[in-house]
Amino acid sequence: MTDFPMPNASTTGLDQAAAAKRARMDLISSVVRYALLFAVGFLMLYPLIWLVGASFKTNSEIFAGAGFLPESPTLEGYTKGWQTSTPYTFGRFFWNSFLIILPKVIGTAISCTMVAYAFARFDFPFKKILFGSVIAVLLLPNVVTRIPQYILFRDLGWLDSFLPLWVPSALAGDAFFVFMLVQFLRSLPTDMEEAARVDGANSLQTLVFIVVPMLGPALVSVCLFQFMWTMNDFLGPLIYISSVDKYPVSLALKLSIDTTEAFEWNRILAMSVLTITPALVVFFVAQRYFIEGISAGGRKG
Amino acid sequence: MRSQRFLGYAYLAPYLIGLVIFTAIPFLTSLYLSFTSYDLMSSPQWAGLSNYERLFTRDRTFEKSLSVTLLYVFSTVPLKLAFALFIAAILNYKLKFINIFRTAFYVPSILGGSIAIAVLWRYLFSTEGLVNMAIATLGFAPVDWFGDPANALFTITLLRCWQFGSAMVIFLAALQSIDKSLYEAASIDGAGKVTTFIFVTLPLLTPVIFFNLVMQMVQAFQEFNGPYIITQGGPLKSTYLLPLYIYEEAFKKFNMGYASAIAWVLFAIIMVLTLVAFWSSKKWVYYAGDKRS
Repeated sequence: MTDFPMPNASTTGLDQAAAAKRARMDLISSVVRYALLFAVGFLMLYPLIWLVGASFKTNSEIFAGAGFLPESPTLEGYTKGWQTSTPYTFGRFFWNSFLIILPKVIGTAISCTMVAYAFARFDFPFKKILFGSVIAVLLLPNVVTRIPQYILFRDLGWLDSFLPLWVPSALAGDAFFVFMLVQFLRSLPTDMEEAARVDGANSLQTLVFIVVPMLGPALVSVCLFQFMWTMNDFLGPLIYISSVDKYPVSLALKLSIDTTEAFEWNRILAMSVLTITPALVVFFVAQRYFIEGISAGGRKG
Repeated sequence: MRSQRFLGYAYLAPYLIGLVIFTAIPFLTSLYLSFTSYDLMSSPQWAGLSNYERLFTRDRTFEKSLSVTLLYVFSTVPLKLAFALFIAAILNYKLKFINIFRTAFYVPSILGGSIAIAVLWRYLFSTEGLVNMAIATLGFAPVDWFGDPANALFTITLLRCWQFGSAMVIFLAALQSIDKSLYEAASIDGAGKVTTFIFVTLPLLTPVIFFNLVMQMVQAFQEFNGPYIITQGGPLKSTYLLPLYIYEEAFKKFNMGYASAIAWVLFAIIMVLTLVAFWSSKKWVYYAGDKRS
């Protein structure tokens, strides 16, 4: 800065003018940014707001206008939609989704933690190659393994059960989570673990009592993402689940579209709202973990 | 430390078992199956190159499906990433409520893959739907979104672009980690906002651009829910993406061999493009002052 040529005369006047100009530019910039953000936000979220409003409308009103407030609110869509055209209500399908999600999330959390612990804290032969395989699995399109997996599950007699949805995840099959946890674990200091070891703890005790508590936030992210992805998963259940009594909500919703009379729009919309509610609630309660998880995944590319 | 040499494998065991059973063996099996004719009833019959020959010489559906898939991926991924970066750049400013905006923009990414949103899309773009109402208010004629092959793919593209939130969050995190002194230096040198963005910001963002590019591309090639629910691949197969074709060949018609061949062509395309991205990244991805191991 010292060798920067500064005219001596009327410096203060110029500075003030420049400062005023900068303040004005800042203000314009802020206004433009807010305007753009509000416009984009409105465009992005209005369809969802409309969806919620429309689910309380009568069928004749749904396509009558673009507003989201129903003129004569009705719960008909919810009560009729909940009954479905099958012998089961949507309660059954939510229960099935829960039965798929819970073991899958627990299995994912345990297996991915173990594997991340191995990669981040141990040295073993072929470590580099094996970690490379995590990246390869991460990038490998599922489409190429799906058919043999289906044949394998058929031979095991697992078709039309939840096992094909649980077991691969319980064996750390979702490489994204392994990768995320390894990155997180590598960034943590090891002195606590070393202290525990000096005190005589074995590696499993160190993992359970020292590493897992430190992994806390990252582990919560893993569980939340797995919950959300499983809730939204459609292709997996579509291929493996064939009995209606085992359908998760994603399949049940598709079934409602196919079996509901074409003009009963509000039933479909109402059930759509219900199926996205769990993911939305979880997201708003724990959004910090989602945002941190996704940022951490990208940081080390 | 000697005992640790193999202790690592104890913790790695779930992954190793899963890797072999659910990834490595199926990967090779599907390659084998792609050279067979297999209907799940009898055992696979060796068919040599005939599946591939049929794919590339006689299968009009494949030709159509492949070109639609490429069109979809090459239009969706750049559009989505450009939009995500644009919004992230706007958010990266001393604004109040930045977290509220970030959260709001992320909501579609939470829900975007669900069937419910695909259902919503059918209503939004139906002839009397919300989108056409908006278009009518602006004084234009309504668009036949699902009936016209020229438009249908665009609705699926928009569905994916709508989910720009996760890419945006990654861009924003990278933008916020850029050293402010670089901007001051650029400003002292007399660089304007646009010049600074192009010559300072973009080069520093190349690692995350690269990451987002590869991830989004791999995902876009596998898009299934959107076309399956919204357009069922139509009209005139204009949204019949390859994953849809593979699904119908494999799980509707049980042509496991032929479906495997299509899957391998899709895989080969993704792999080649990923390798090109990795290879070219040495030329355009800039890792600020770190020697990556």
